[in-house]
Amino acid sequence: MSNAHEKVEKNVGLMIALVLVVISLAGLAQIVPLFWQKSTTEPLKTLRPYTALEMEGRDIYIREGCHVCHTQMVRPFRAETERYGAYSVAGEDVWEHPFLWGSKRTGPDLARVGGRYSDDWHRVHLRNPRDVVPESNMPGYPWLERTKVDWEHTERKLRLFKDIFGVAYSDEMLNEQMEKVSGEWAEATEEDALVAYLQQLGHAMTGR
Amino acid sequence: MSDFWSWYIIALTVLMLLGCAGLLLWNRSISEEEASKKTTGHVFDGIEEKNTPLPRWWLWLFILTLVFSVVYLVLYPGLGKFPGILGWTQEGQWQEEVDFVHKQTQPIFEQYAQVPVEELWQHQEVMEVGARLFANNCATCHGANANGARGYPNLTDNDWLYGGEPEAIRASLVNGRRGMMPPMIAAVGGTDEAVRDMALYVQSLSRPALRDDPTKAEAIARAEPRFMMCAACHGAGGVGNPMLGAPNLTDDIWLYGSTLADIEEAIRQGRGGVMPAFGEVLSAERIHVLTAYIYGLSRQ
Repeated sequence: MSNAHEKVEKNVGLMIALVLVVISLAGLAQIVPLFWQKSTTEPLKTLRPYTALEMEGRDIYIREGCHVCHTQMVRPFRAETERYGAYSVAGEDVWEHPFLWGSKRTGPDLARVGGRYSDDWHRVHLRNPRDVVPESNMPGYPWLERTKVDWEHTERKLRLFKDIFGVAYSDEMLNEQMEKVSGEWAEATEEDALVAYLQQLGHAMTGR
Repeated sequence: MSDFWSWYIIALTVLMLLGCAGLLLWNRSISEEEASKKTTGHVFDGIEEKNTPLPRWWLWLFILTLVFSVVYLVLYPGLGKFPGILGWTQEGQWQEEVDFVHKQTQPIFEQYAQVPVEELWQHQEVMEVGARLFANNCATCHGANANGARGYPNLTDNDWLYGGEPEAIRASLVNGRRGMMPPMIAAVGGTDEAVRDMALYVQSLSRPALRDDPTKAEAIARAEPRFMMCAACHGAGGVGNPMLGAPNLTDDIWLYGSTLADIEEAIRQGRGGVMPAFGEVLSAERIHVLTAYIYGLSRQ
């Protein structure tokens, strides 16, 4: 018995098989069941899909690396719910691909920021944060105001979210969104898109 | 969680624990025959691998971690649907924290709520509590010292867009405010000159000396009759209207700047300041304290 480990150590194929078994066990127990839980796979009833403008705003949020300094995850601690609002639940993020929870707060959490400030405040703040918050160390993003939204891939993105990720878009909704893209949003700036995205953050939980 | 997934998790977790324990037992000791050999026979580049049993301290540490996980799984949630005998949940812990602080602070806030705003602000302690609430919720726009910023009113100067009475301040906090100045370019005459004239006239409302400036007097006189259009909101003579949040134009306090360019921009594009509603963010008692704090800021 005592020398049985020799069999594993001298038989690489067997060793690989056993290593795979061992390292997959934790994932099988912790991750796999989540794929079948209602709390992680069903969106909140109050959750609505992104508009085309918000979807582009979200991509700008990702491109500019906002998630590097801002989280979107209010943890269930009193200090956090006191400052930001209700703690985050999985049902808010069912349609998030990828999710933008972030992992480090250089700036404040943004999961409940929607409706907390006016559109104008966001615009001034994005161009030069120190105009409204003198002690802020956030960089300015003045080019967003001068850059038009690139609508080239928007329809594909929305379709992908509908078809691959199962987001509850109907064909009418998509058509309506694309009409707005060629209509009222045709000249929208990246700043418009980002502000629209920020102003809906947390809508499913705050109702704002 | 369905029964299937619950048992699936329990089975895997127990299997892992047993597997770890089994592996340990299996490698715990070596046979006498093995122990008699000084090395395992592995040689590489003249270096031989010694043949010794597992160190005891390490073995005990491993056993302790196994015992720890069993105790943990009995006390806390982990085994499928089994909630653990302590009944701990993260939501429950959060609720406990909230209740604990609520129990401590609620009597204080309730006590404050009984005192009218006009008196409440005179208590140093209340102003300190208010300052914390202000820093957390209001300072982002109105500034850490409440001096405001361009487009965000100064709250320390006793000049009020929507009135400075306690009830007006409370209404601003609970419901928010939505300033709505439409573009007035057409109403004031539609031309660049008309806009410049009106900007000069608006400036002269708080700086009467401008009327005596011969280079400006004529333009101001031209704009004067057209100010009728503005007076609908800003009142006759431009003294403002707190019902609409239309600022007093005669007091030389400027929300968006006092230069001709600032005023012209307002006439051309209009202005729309927004104060968000805090009625659902803060409790009524906290809004009461904030009202007193803001009321007190311009009276200290």
